[in-house]
Amino acid sequence: MLSNGTKAPDFSLFATPDQRISLEEFRGKRVILAFYPADWSPVCGDQMALYNEMLKYFHKHNAELVGISVDGKWCHMAFSQERKLHFPLLADFEPKGAVANLYQVYDEKIGECRRALYVLDEEGIIRWSYLSPVGMNPGADGIMDALEEMNSVQSNLSV
Amino acid sequence: MSLRPPVSGKDHIEGNEKAMIELVEYGDYQCPHCGKAYPIVKKLQQLLGDQLKFVFRNFPLVKIHEAAMIAAAATEAAALQGKYWEMHDIIFENQEFLDPDSIFDYAGRVGLDMKKFEEDMERRELMEKVETDFESGIYSGVNATPTFFINGEKYNNGWEADRMFDFIKATYPEAVK
Repeated sequence: MLSNGTKAPDFSLFATPDQRISLEEFRGKRVILAFYPADWSPVCGDQMALYNEMLKYFHKHNAELVGISVDGKWCHMAFSQERKLHFPLLADFEPKGAVANLYQVYDEKIGECRRALYVLDEEGIIRWSYLSPVGMNPGADGIMDALEEMNSVQSNLSV
Repeated sequence: MSLRPPVSGKDHIEGNEKAMIELVEYGDYQCPHCGKAYPIVKKLQQLLGDQLKFVFRNFPLVKIHEAAMIAAAATEAAALQGKYWEMHDIIFENQEFLDPDSIFDYAGRVGLDMKKFEEDMERRELMEKVETDFESGIYSGVNATPTFFINGEKYNNGWEADRMFDFIKATYPEAVK
């Protein structure tokens, strides 16, 4: 995985069938990049559905969440509508897994993203990352701790 | 991963407060898996008796379970009349019917003062209490419902059938007579 303190590589991926989102657009906000293997994993324990419930708590820390998998934009649209997701799912579809590769979280053997998290600061610098064991939904405690740590660094700087 | 914050007087506790085993469940009243876990927890309470205290914290997934919040709020309203666990039980036992009429029916059946219940259901603090539970779940690493913590540590070995009992028996043999 890319190490803390490095600049997060920029990218531009489809978020809807006709709209791309690039990382640069989030400048001034913190960004949580959640790479995950595939849409349509089982309900209730699903990582994206879980994060969908937690958006409010991420927003409190000026953080936006973005999900990234190799599923295509139409698949993402159907999944997002069915689960009523309120954050973008980006399609790392063509060339397949290119962005995951940039972030060193692409599993070439199975052709999917690994379950991995990056937290970026307002300037797009990586502040925290986590690679989840296979089949394990990482929850959000690590993300929240990283965001709070960033808050306390900021308040120390402003003193 | 540990429970944050630990169990305190703000929690609803069932059973012996000084028990050797503390079981905390983060759950959602509309989640079918939590519904399946309900009799398993009951059986565990029966088997362990005084050696177990049980705490339920709300983790409603409101975007996929539209009745989860009102059900959770109803248990908090019942708590104001000292009938938290009665309400908790009747809701899980009738999980497939969580519309407002049914919830009010359950409130009547557990013997709540209906006028007070109706007023309390309007109180913001109830929802805030539920949200405080939810937030503590995020910090504790809850990643699904139900998620259990045994003596403060996240329990990851599966809760179906007798698996929690077997785990407790193996880890805390003194607790099982």
